[in-house]
Amino acid sequence: MSTNPNNAAPVAKLKIAKYWAASCGGCDISLLEIGPNLLELIKIADVVFWPCAADFKYEDVRNYPDGYIDLCFYNGGIRNSEQEEVARLLRRKSKSLIAYGQCAVDGGIPALANLKTVKGIFNASYHDNPSIDNPAGVEPQPVTPSEYGDLEIPRFYPQVLRLKDVVPVDYEIPGCPPQSDRVWEAILALAGGQVPLQNRNVKVACYDKAVCDECKLEKRNVRIKEFKRVHTSIPEPGWCLLEQGYLCVGPATRSGCGALCPAAGMPCEGCYGPAGDVVDQGTAMVSAIASMLDARTEEQAQELIDQIADPTGTFYRFTLASSHLKARK
Amino acid sequence: MSEPANTAPADPRPAAGPNWQPRIIGFLCYWCSYTGADMAGTARMKYPPNVDIIRVMCSGRIDPELVTTAFARGADGVLVCGCHIGDCHYITGNHKTMARMPLLKRILLDMGIEPERFRHEWVSAAEGEKFSKLVAELTEQVRRLGPLDWPGLMRARGVGHGMDLKAWGE
Repeated sequence: MSTNPNNAAPVAKLKIAKYWAASCGGCDISLLEIGPNLLELIKIADVVFWPCAADFKYEDVRNYPDGYIDLCFYNGGIRNSEQEEVARLLRRKSKSLIAYGQCAVDGGIPALANLKTVKGIFNASYHDNPSIDNPAGVEPQPVTPSEYGDLEIPRFYPQVLRLKDVVPVDYEIPGCPPQSDRVWEAILALAGGQVPLQNRNVKVACYDKAVCDECKLEKRNVRIKEFKRVHTSIPEPGWCLLEQGYLCVGPATRSGCGALCPAAGMPCEGCYGPAGDVVDQGTAMVSAIASMLDARTEEQAQELIDQIADPTGTFYRFTLASSHLKARK
Repeated sequence: MSEPANTAPADPRPAAGPNWQPRIIGFLCYWCSYTGADMAGTARMKYPPNVDIIRVMCSGRIDPELVTTAFARGADGVLVCGCHIGDCHYITGNHKTMARMPLLKRILLDMGIEPERFRHEWVSAAEGEKFSKLVAELTEQVRRLGPLDWPGLMRARGVGHGMDLKAWGE
């Protein structure tokens, strides 16, 4: 075995795995973004499973002994039965299972589909969209009989789940995608034995404070007079975007990114998930926004709130599966 | 780490089924609404016993998260009451409530929670009668809609197995 029982530094080369579930693939790219450090990574670790980058089969993983993989990075949420099956398999085969990226940690963008029913999603994907040509009205079926026996495809789940909803997770690396510098620090800490391989949902490669803490824009203590959107007006440089009326989710969002978006004039979208001590990013944002409105009467408040185009989609853009309610009824 | 385990004792009241009774959580501010509810009690006004009242110092302290948590943990309805605008003991505490609750309503609507399950009203210390009528009305609305049972819904969809302590070998 490559580690001693006390989770100290591995004595042999690390074995790492990476898997891709309900996500866009940006997380795989973000690991490559560590650049020249990739050569360092190859020095200390062997890749034993990474479908995006190398040709491994599920069968290979099944043949590994339990606990064979040291660090397993799992990116993507759980949208279907295949992803859950592989999550359980990798949990069994890995010493340390790491939820990598916002989809695995909090559901991410795919979890926004939790605001729709399965029927609604299937209608949009196979029937209603103008670009769809499906005159027979065919929908994928979990089991299709054929002359060679029943053909099965993964079952579509009623809602997107987080990785930790189906298996215990040791570490979570938030971000969409996680910043490569932070990720490299986390990998070194895990590989070097500074932190134990086993833990419980501990967030690494990020900070506890909010994005506002890292943001350089100036606060002028002005209340919001109207809501604006980036495609209709241009923000004044150097001034807090939220005070200008752009829906910046920074106050409720975990830092670690270096506040890159506000520095470039784009409001924070909340991709690092809820800040430390915040559980529900969306309601934290409702709380923050509502206390900043320039409204003296209920009518004025209502008028301002009506200007917000899509509060649920904006405040829960990356964390719907982690919110208290998690999905539509 | 960020998500506290639900250690609350099991509620003996059924979340669904023939013996179901609406379970409504009421967040009431100390200075006006709670005193108003108290007045309804001392005046012996009759109203349904379905609202579990939680007293807070100010309605401005009611984080929208408390409302979504109540629904997520099994409430069938939620009531939020505070002082009338202009009467807040802390001058502008309820100005925050007046903006938070309408914004929260839009989110609840997106989550498929019927608007009748969530009420936000101003109740002064003298409005015991308004409070008792409000509770009666809300209870009746929620009773007509039936049980919400959010925890049962999430369990049925497979949420939370990995968070289960048994999965950690405990």
